[in-house]
Amino acid sequence: MTARLGRTISSLAAVVLTAACTSYYEIPIETPIRPKLDVSAFQRVFVAGFVAGGTEDVDGNLETTRLLRSQLRTKSELRVIDADALPLMDVALDGREAPAATNGDKPGDKPSGPPTIKDDADLEPFEHVFANVEYWKRIGEEYQQPLIVTGTVMFAPQARSGIVQRDQEVYDSFGRRRVVPVRTYMERKGFVLKPKFIFIDGRTGTVLHSENYREEILYNANQTSPALSSYFELMDRLIPSFLSTLSSQRIKGTRILLQ
Amino acid sequence: MRLFSIFTVFLLTLSAATLAADARGDAKKQVEFGIAVAQRGLWREAIYRWERATQIDPTYAAAHNNLAIAYEHEGDLDKARAAYEKAVELEPGNSFIKQNYELFKEINDRSTRQDNQ
Repeated sequence: MTARLGRTISSLAAVVLTAACTSYYEIPIETPIRPKLDVSAFQRVFVAGFVAGGTEDVDGNLETTRLLRSQLRTKSELRVIDADALPLMDVALDGREAPAATNGDKPGDKPSGPPTIKDDADLEPFEHVFANVEYWKRIGEEYQQPLIVTGTVMFAPQARSGIVQRDQEVYDSFGRRRVVPVRTYMERKGFVLKPKFIFIDGRTGTVLHSENYREEILYNANQTSPALSSYFELMDRLIPSFLSTLSSQRIKGTRILLQ
Repeated sequence: MRLFSIFTVFLLTLSAATLAADARGDAKKQVEFGIAVAQRGLWREAIYRWERATQIDPTYAAAHNNLAIAYEHEGDLDKARAAYEKAVELEPGNSFIKQNYELFKEINDRSTRQDNQ
């Protein structure tokens, strides 16, 4: 306790001393961030669709396609191609045995419907479609060689229990209000969003870049939140990073100039 | 003879100290001018001034700090990192420099992150 107090006092003293001994000026700056991907060779972008799963409450393919197209339309210089999302799951399964899916079919049987994707392992049988150069080259030719955005989207419910810290109001004998942190056991539920965005060169059909994200949100067990609003909340968090892959951004901040 | 030697050493020390003080004084003028122009948005001129300051007095942490900020503003993130590292090395206890560097690292990490699983 004494050591911690000593450290706090010494760090405070360091700040005060630095401020007292130095003339300083706060200045606003804008840091330009270069895009991770050089897209100067492309004039169009085609968000082709996603292999999606996790929950039936949200169509991860359609919602992600729609959201990314609208974001790119307003925040990138590329022209967004409006076309139906590609049936990527069918393309992936075409000519292959259906994976041992969770819809009751035996392996090797002709599938009675699209296999259900419940977790990350269920996505694996579809992953090879993104490396199918001939297929993407053909799509590229069809849409005048755009930059193609595709990938996988896993949006699934999750439940977690454990000790969490929360603030609690307490009143002392004089009636004064204080907020103190208390640790309590809580059961929580929510959603986890794990998209993988893959950028494909529409001229050659090859993968240029890919990135994985993971975002989650948890609520009290007695709180109900619609899956779709949780999906948008989680996508909101990673959209800036997705956009910074394709277009340059300026990040505003302040710094301290010293004399 | 011994007295002469002591006197020579004293003179040399004094002249070295005076030269160092002169260098810091000259560098400080460049830094002040750089601040004035940066506040008017003339960042290229500020960079020129602060680069001059670090050439005149390479031990001037404030000049390296300001130069790092200017590089950051111009999007030259590699140079900004090097200048911040130099400033921190020269004055490890300076909380302003440390704060600037932490903010820079946050942005730089975001821009260089390729796969944030």
